[in-house]
Amino acid sequence: MWDYFKLAGLGLLALFAAIGANFARDLAYQVNALTVMLAAGIAFLYVLRTAGDPRPDLRHEYFDSVIRAGAIATAFWGVVGFLVGVVIASQLAFPQLNFEFLQGYGNFGRLRPLHTSAVIFAFGGNALIMSSFYIVQRTSAARLFGGSLGWFVFWGWQLVIVLAATGYVLGASQGKEYAEPVWYVDILITVVWVAFLIAFMGTLLRRKEPHIYVANWFLLSMILTVAMLHLVNNAAIPVSVFGSAQVQLFAGVQDAMVQWWYGHNAVGFFLTAGFLGMMYYFVPKQVERPVYSYKLSIIHFWALIFLYIWAGPHHLHYTALPDWASTLGMVFSVILWMPSWGGMINGLMTLSGAWDKLRTDPIIRMMVVSIGFYGMSTFEGPMMSIKAVNSLSHYTDWTIGHVHSGALGWNGMITFGVLYFLVPRLWNRDGLYSLKLVNWHFWLATIGIVLYASAMWVTGIMEGLMWREVDANGFLVNAFADTVAAKFPMYVVRAAGGLMYLSGALIMCWNLWMTVRAQPYRVNAHAAVPAE
Amino acid sequence: MCAKPVKKQPQQVETTGHQWDGIEEYNNPMPRWWVWTFYATIVWGVAYSVAYPAWPLLREATPGLLGASTRADVAAEIAAVDAANAAVKAQLVAADLNAIGADPGLATFAENAGAAIFRTNCATCHGSGAAGFEGKGYPNLLDDDWLWGGTMEDIHLTITHGIRNTTDPDARYSEMPRFGADELLDEDQIGQVVEHVLAISGQEHDAALAAAGATVFAENCASCHMDDGSGDRSLGAPKLSDAIWLYGGSRAAITETVVNARFGVMPDWNERLTEDEIRAVSFYVHGRGGGE
Repeated sequence: MWDYFKLAGLGLLALFAAIGANFARDLAYQVNALTVMLAAGIAFLYVLRTAGDPRPDLRHEYFDSVIRAGAIATAFWGVVGFLVGVVIASQLAFPQLNFEFLQGYGNFGRLRPLHTSAVIFAFGGNALIMSSFYIVQRTSAARLFGGSLGWFVFWGWQLVIVLAATGYVLGASQGKEYAEPVWYVDILITVVWVAFLIAFMGTLLRRKEPHIYVANWFLLSMILTVAMLHLVNNAAIPVSVFGSAQVQLFAGVQDAMVQWWYGHNAVGFFLTAGFLGMMYYFVPKQVERPVYSYKLSIIHFWALIFLYIWAGPHHLHYTALPDWASTLGMVFSVILWMPSWGGMINGLMTLSGAWDKLRTDPIIRMMVVSIGFYGMSTFEGPMMSIKAVNSLSHYTDWTIGHVHSGALGWNGMITFGVLYFLVPRLWNRDGLYSLKLVNWHFWLATIGIVLYASAMWVTGIMEGLMWREVDANGFLVNAFADTVAAKFPMYVVRAAGGLMYLSGALIMCWNLWMTVRAQPYRVNAHAAVPAE
Repeated sequence: MCAKPVKKQPQQVETTGHQWDGIEEYNNPMPRWWVWTFYATIVWGVAYSVAYPAWPLLREATPGLLGASTRADVAAEIAAVDAANAAVKAQLVAADLNAIGADPGLATFAENAGAAIFRTNCATCHGSGAAGFEGKGYPNLLDDDWLWGGTMEDIHLTITHGIRNTTDPDARYSEMPRFGADELLDEDQIGQVVEHVLAISGQEHDAALAAAGATVFAENCASCHMDDGSGDRSLGAPKLSDAIWLYGGSRAAITETVVNARFGVMPDWNERLTEDEIRAVSFYVHGRGGGE
């Protein structure tokens, strides 16, 4: 019966998408509508062919097939995102790479949101969804709630990524940083995210453990807060049902404030809280030691989620934003320092008594470097939110360096560690294909980040100083173009750092591929049984 | 599962007794330095938010004990610079345009101010070194090949009112006909006149076509560009008999210019700059090497 509802729904979706494509007012909308039509059509055929098939009772097995798909998607989108990053970093160093024939499609302005969304939402998002599904099942000792809902979340999220990415290249964008997807993609994000919440909460509710593990607090706070941020920041009215343009509900400085409340908490809850959830599960698992302090985890969790939500205004120091909002943004950002470091302490101290493993296990090394970069950027962040520092750092490459030491160092490295942890387990293989390659990946990525971040510190501080330099009569000494010209060597270093990071990720993909292809099955493999 | 605290080893802290997928948690106390640093930031935060504008109330936010205001700071800084420069600015506005260079104090101020104004406003099109972009229609300001004149008065007028803009009725204005697009000349004639222009600018050309082109040039182009192609500054008609080109001097570029014409626009800077700023930047441009 349920299959018939699905068939009707998918058929209608394909039909409406076809109508939308026909009446489309812009190319991006048309391509997006055709993509939706295609996706709905394929899903329709799949449901039709499998309708009425007997459903085996899987209640006593973990739902791992969707996590395997998530691991593949994470690695794939990671490489795509890093590649676009290397391309746009090269375009900044060598503007000739904004080729004439790519104008309007492949120039920096179109590719930049493609890069940020690909790494945050495609790479990071898939990593979060995949690890949430893995963690919540293991720590609840229960199969993922909602039957095939996990698959809906997975494929829905991939559709979001494809729609958003093709939209950016063809010119459909809200123009809000990290919230570029247009209104109909926002609606799809909402639906997929609610399904994610239901699957996650449902699993927690049917858990067989009396308590909820700390990783799940972080993951749940991520899911709930991102839902709230997404709904408020994307409040907009479409210009036409058949077009990708929309008008924002907020205007002026209010819109800017809402945008950075969203933008900062996308960092805070998506890239910090969510990834702390990953850390709290995978670090103790890989190290095989208990978490350092339960008390610290409680206190820093509540402090972190309470404080983060106020910190957004530090993105708007010295703008039309009123002074009071600026002060509060700065104060809460500085107080956030220790709650952020609580996660670092708990992660690093979990290794106490097992530090020797750093020598032999490159995966632990990856996780430790990741936590180190987390600590570094969560100190740098509060420091940069201080108005006096911000007046130098704002709008400069320092911000870009800060973001990347967090994204490449913390989010990237922990995700690589998680992939190395998960792939042999998910495919039931006897360990990784090559630890030596993990080591290569580790060093390429680490040196790449160091090159990237230090290049951006140098250019950031340099251009900040050049911008503010005035002569005795109060006149600016440097033209903007002078600062751009001065940054050239560091831009080349940055692109080289990015290339190293990308190379590391490609080595990882090869290693994971060979793990699945060539490694023998794990002997004595115990079927994943949730119930104890 | 065991709900009771478990001692792992005699000297070690207890775990909480919970276990998830093999993960346990120690009951370690929070590090003291962590707690105290956290408290310190909170105390600092409260103090800072009392000292500075912070807490929103019904009508407005608390102003803070120090009475700090970033807007007031900016206004004060601007006022201080304005006050310091007021005398020299007044002197600049009052001075005869050609006498600015004679007064060393005035000249230094105008040079520095002009350089800053140029970098902020003009460099986008004319380049940060004022060399323009050859072939893109942004004139080089370093040479003595002026479109509308290179005296202080000429430059001052061009900057004040701009060129071919729609916002200032006093803007410098002229319009080259679109000889090809509007079918004023046929394809053969355009080919001939282009060869003629190549000839008078001393480039490689087809002599037979150029000879025929001379007639076409005399009948259609000479009224603005003069018989010998030396141009007319009163109309902004460029000199064609040299090697300096605004939109490129290749056969293809000249053909494009003849067929579709060009219509370069410059804003009227009196909307954005004050008289002293326009005078300063005029002085700066005049002093780049080509000033007359």
